[in-house]
Amino acid sequence: MAAFDEKKDHPRSLTMCGHVGFESLPDQLVDRSIQQGFCFNILCVGETGIGKSTLINTLFNTNFEELESSHFCPCVRLRAQTYELQESNVRLKLTVVNTVGFGDQINKEESYQPIIDYIDDQFEAYLQEELKIKRTLFNYHDSRIHVCLYFIAPTGHSLRTLDLITMKSLDSKVNIIPLIAKADTISKSELQKFKMKLMSELVINGVQIYQFPTDDETTAKINGAMNGHLPFAVVGSMDEVQVGNKMVKARQYPWGIVQVENENHCDFVKLREMLICTNMEDLREQTHARHYELYRRCKLEEMGFADVGPENKPLSMLAPGLQETYEAKRHEFYGERQRKEEEMKQMFVQRVKEKEAILKEAERELQAKFEHLKRIHQEERMKLEEKRRILEEESIAFSKKKATCDLFQSQSFMAEGSSIKKDRDRKNFNFM
Amino acid sequence: MSKGLPEARTDTAMSELVPEPRPKPAVPMKPVSINSNLLGYIGIDTIIEQMRKKTMKTGFDFNIMVVGQSGLGKSTLVNTLFKSQVSRKASSWNREEKIPKTVEIKAIGHVIEEGGVKMKLTVIDTPGFGDQINNENCWEPIEKYINEQYEKFLKEEVNIARKKRIPDTRVHCCLYFISPTGHSLRPLDLEFMKHLSKVVNIIPVIAKADTMTLEEKSEFKQRVRKELEVNGIEFYPQKEFDEDLEDKTENDKIRESMPFAVVGSDKEYQVNGKRVLGRKTPWGIIEVENLHHCEFALLRDFVIRTHLQDLKEVTHNIHYETYRAKRLNDNGGLPPNKKLCASLKRSGEGFILKCWEQVSHRQPFLSSDPPTN
Repeated sequence: MAAFDEKKDHPRSLTMCGHVGFESLPDQLVDRSIQQGFCFNILCVGETGIGKSTLINTLFNTNFEELESSHFCPCVRLRAQTYELQESNVRLKLTVVNTVGFGDQINKEESYQPIIDYIDDQFEAYLQEELKIKRTLFNYHDSRIHVCLYFIAPTGHSLRTLDLITMKSLDSKVNIIPLIAKADTISKSELQKFKMKLMSELVINGVQIYQFPTDDETTAKINGAMNGHLPFAVVGSMDEVQVGNKMVKARQYPWGIVQVENENHCDFVKLREMLICTNMEDLREQTHARHYELYRRCKLEEMGFADVGPENKPLSMLAPGLQETYEAKRHEFYGERQRKEEEMKQMFVQRVKEKEAILKEAERELQAKFEHLKRIHQEERMKLEEKRRILEEESIAFSKKKATCDLFQSQSFMAEGSSIKKDRDRKNFNFM
Repeated sequence: MSKGLPEARTDTAMSELVPEPRPKPAVPMKPVSINSNLLGYIGIDTIIEQMRKKTMKTGFDFNIMVVGQSGLGKSTLVNTLFKSQVSRKASSWNREEKIPKTVEIKAIGHVIEEGGVKMKLTVIDTPGFGDQINNENCWEPIEKYINEQYEKFLKEEVNIARKKRIPDTRVHCCLYFISPTGHSLRPLDLEFMKHLSKVVNIIPVIAKADTMTLEEKSEFKQRVRKELEVNGIEFYPQKEFDEDLEDKTENDKIRESMPFAVVGSDKEYQVNGKRVLGRKTPWGIIEVENLHHCEFALLRDFVIRTHLQDLKEVTHNIHYETYRAKRLNDNGGLPPNKKLCASLKRSGEGFILKCWEQVSHRQPFLSSDPPTN
């Protein structure tokens, strides 16, 4: 038997005396990703007319085709659209999912359920692909939601109940970034108070919103600062207005111009910075490593798999002999198979018996027929025998008579010549 | 949800997974293409930087296996590749020490860092390969080891609560050392590569290439390539995995110059005022990194500087997936109903056949002579 040495748990550090060249490894990895392209999926939750589509347009500097939704939808629906964007050599497949009819119904009890269902469906699709036998994960178009932009109406008071409930049910499934929409309706002082109120309400109710990561030194400071600015107060606009000697995106009012990209006016730049330039990769990773894993774990446990069995023996989906569920299923199937076999045997025996009975019946009939025919044949034979006998007797009688006649003839011929001739003629005549 | 692994579905549209009462999520299959109409810089391309930073933090794993008869310079070559004492050379090997009776597998891990990139390098040595008198099936322990690593990874992947980063011990690359006979491949070489080219990326190298002249080298290489092709052995980079034309042309060039004829050395000498790695002989100094002398630099660039990530990806996306698919299939990954039906069908047919045989040997149809007429 060959001896297999395990790697040492603490591999030793080596110093190299020259340039090897594997520092290009991240570049190799990145090149690969560039070749494949990136996926990013945003879910926008907010009531109709709060400015979701406009904000997305502004964020990505493009006019995505979006029709205005009506306010009269009977239930909340989700509408997803995928776009391919390209910037220098990076190709991004952006999917924007909008909630249609959110907050419009009179009875809003079922409002958040479709959203949760949609998110779960994306996880489910990925899980199905992962569990397939023949799978193509590296080519898979990832449709899982990476970030949820939650649009809070700028009431200036506090979170609405619907918002609270929705965010609470979404926080374990997706990264939530809360935004204050249409922030140009709130004054600066009111805004500060509003933000603090919102954050404290979220904290009190235990809603886990997405925290920008502070573990990397290069981004820790800026992320930490941004964390304090949540929720971002945003204004979206694709219209350009002349300010000074530049054309900027802004909203023009009689009393002034709200510039979208002016940090004094709103937090749009911060949002763009955080969402796209700094943390897009982290959002994707969190979705995969945290939210998806949680979903997967729950789903698999629900389906009856477990990592540890009843006697604390480690189980595995792979080891058939050890795993209880597999054994149980095997027994079940084996039993069922036996049963089905028995059934088939019974059925077969039954059919054979029936067929045999039919065949026997036919046999009997044929036999009867044969007997009957035989009998008839016998009778005919006997009749014919009878006839033959009669015929034979007659022929014997005839030959006897003929013999006696011949004898008489010869006698009378010798006794008298002509009288015999006369007699003979007469006899001949009689005979004829 | 029924218990058991979900059935292997063919590609179903997203909407089919959602039961009817729920509103169907409309994910259109064809994305709308809006390109280069971006009215300004957004910053999407910063994702490259973000990704790079993340990967540098997590570090990389790389597992390389060296296979070849002893004395072909495997350890020296690995040391030269990674410019450090990665393997302890067997030159100090005492003759009194036992020659391993079967092939042993020795895996030693190291951590090396360059330019901020941390790499966990594992070198898997196979002493005893091809050294016995009877070398039949000496590739089996190697194949077993490779499959065991796949199994380990699969087990981790299949766990309910799984680790954030599954430790990757799978063999990404196998350097196979060909003896520089100048004639052709040996039967052992062919057998080994035939068996293992399906489970791992094999890169054949011609060892101790300083024993051949330039003409001998090119002839030998051509012959080796031809033999490999005739025997249907696909070494890395495999033709079937070329994704597009660009890949194909690039890889074709590499395939044309493989197997690389290499010389390894970890000693430095002074040549033309520079210190270079080389081998000193009475007739001159063979510079390891000089492309006129040997192809070591090509091998190094190929394996480390350009195709390292690709080696890992082919291992993960193709070899590992093949192993996984086979493993799950053998285990009844098939949906249970189909299996039951199949077995029933088989057993049912057998039974019917048996019974029919019995019936046909019964008494003839009529029990008396047929009537003559």
